[in-house]
Amino acid sequence: MNKRVRRWGLILLGLSVLVAAVGLLALCTGSAGIPINDIPDILLGGKDTAEYSILMGIRLPRILLAMSIGGALSLAGTLLQGMFRNPLVEPYTLGISGGASLGVCVNILFEFYAVIGIVAYPLSGFIGASLVIFLVYNLNRNNQNVRSNRMLLTGVMISYVASSLVMLLMALSKTDDLQSIVLWIMGSLDEPDITLIKISCAGSIVGLVISYFFCMDLNALLLGDEEAANLGINTLRTKKILFITASFLTGLSVAVAGIIMFVGLIVPHFVRMITGPDHRILLAASFLSGAAFLTLSDVIARVIIAPLELPVGVITGIIGGVLFIWALSRKQVTL
Amino acid sequence: MVNEKMEEDMAKNVLEIRHLNFRYKQEIILKDISFSVAQGEFVSVIGPNGCGKTTLIKTILRSVVPETGTIHIQGQEVKTITNRDLARHLAVVMQTIDPAAMTVMDYVLLGRLPFFERYQFFETQKDIAIAHRYMEMTGIAALSHAKINEISGGERQLAAIARALTQEPALLVLDEPTAHLDITHQVRVLNLVNTLKTQLSLTILMVLHDLNLAAEYSDRLVLMDKKQGKIFKAGPPKEVLTQESIQAVYQTRVQVRPNPISGKPWVFLINPHSQEKSINGN
Repeated sequence: MNKRVRRWGLILLGLSVLVAAVGLLALCTGSAGIPINDIPDILLGGKDTAEYSILMGIRLPRILLAMSIGGALSLAGTLLQGMFRNPLVEPYTLGISGGASLGVCVNILFEFYAVIGIVAYPLSGFIGASLVIFLVYNLNRNNQNVRSNRMLLTGVMISYVASSLVMLLMALSKTDDLQSIVLWIMGSLDEPDITLIKISCAGSIVGLVISYFFCMDLNALLLGDEEAANLGINTLRTKKILFITASFLTGLSVAVAGIIMFVGLIVPHFVRMITGPDHRILLAASFLSGAAFLTLSDVIARVIIAPLELPVGVITGIIGGVLFIWALSRKQVTL
Repeated sequence: MVNEKMEEDMAKNVLEIRHLNFRYKQEIILKDISFSVAQGEFVSVIGPNGCGKTTLIKTILRSVVPETGTIHIQGQEVKTITNRDLARHLAVVMQTIDPAAMTVMDYVLLGRLPFFERYQFFETQKDIAIAHRYMEMTGIAALSHAKINEISGGERQLAAIARALTQEPALLVLDEPTAHLDITHQVRVLNLVNTLKTQLSLTILMVLHDLNLAAEYSDRLVLMDKKQGKIFKAGPPKEVLTQESIQAVYQTRVQVRPNPISGKPWVFLINPHSQEKSINGN
């Protein structure tokens, strides 16, 4: 058993090193080329240089945001896949991202942010996400076959409805609103507001901590709701709390960075190939891998057609989709 | 006086079911079901499809709430205790386990979950020792690193029993544990359950479709009738498995003879096209 703890420790250490390396890479990548060797000097040299403000004022916040959003999306995917016992479930396929984006759109159009401040973005995202998950859950509650893809279909349909409603809102909106909605939907980690970055970092870590209170419950839920209840789990309560946590993480991500596809689907899937299905390691490993994956995707999005920048959702969609198809073709997808 | 006697019985019997009633969409599924299982007893519930056997098990597990009636396990009413407390008294083996990609060892260790402290993160050495002991006892120790989704159905049932034993329950409930198994594994599973009963003085409640296996292994049978959701007859196999009661409950013509080896009743089905003479051996 100590062997297992050592293995888990090594996995976490390896992933932490990976996150740090990707972070460093992101720190020296950009239009103002800053060699990696110069970074310590710049950071120690004082706040007055232009390089310092590029690193600390622009790149670092962006890296932190990428890490927290990547971690949050990947964690949300892990939680949902564990509860639904379906490896194709993630915030996007379940329509939670769609709900969150609808929430944020409503916020932009009705200018709630002007009333309650910048918190209105994550809050409206969270409310939209919660409504969808509540709907998907209740529409499928009496569905005996939990693994069936009916829930997935419900989610996809809700996703369509939500994006149609977003388009409706766009069609009805003023030009400046329209532009801010379009830019935001495309998904970008270019977030000038430091408060949102702070909320996003804190929120994703809070989500990780909450999830860990239920890691053993999640392990039992892999056997199905009935078996988990027979093992003494209060399944209703656990699921409720974890659904809220997943909506919160998704709502937060969508509100701050727009729709970023597939992170929640493929990262947990690949991590599970390495760690196995035990949520005690899976949760943290998914979080770290998601952080590294999104940060790396963002680096690619920034350099691939420099000086222009691609929306990061395009990169994750392409990389994620291709990798996922490859994985599907080579190994049976199980939890 | 009478009440005192009842209380005493409830404490003595591991499972005590009294006047259970359950309806689903106006249809009566369980009607006035009362029976008990004493410490160390092996009781099987038999009856035709749809007679409410599984519903009965579900009321004990609380996934179905009965309209009226009480269920006590070791003197505690199941309605009033938490899932966790129930899981410390009662373990369940279902017809099949869902093939998750976890190892047999991890699966069996989940049986220790009801004993985890709040915020306990790892199994203790004691938990691991207990899991090992029951994997040895069920004969799956060699499979401990195999994945649940890669072993056979029979091995999965043995793993499920090992997991249930790891809960160290007073009452082991098995819901048609042999339904999907070949005869090798049917006998292996039932022999194991029988051994456990003796070695661990475990109390066992089992739902079984196969009348002959039920007669062979159980101390007592509870025969349920579909027509009213009632218990038709309960008692030792010889009293319950008679030609009359089986024909009445199953609406099927049968002959009952003693098994030449064990002397327990054995039910023969009658093919109307074959000669009854040859069945009677004349």
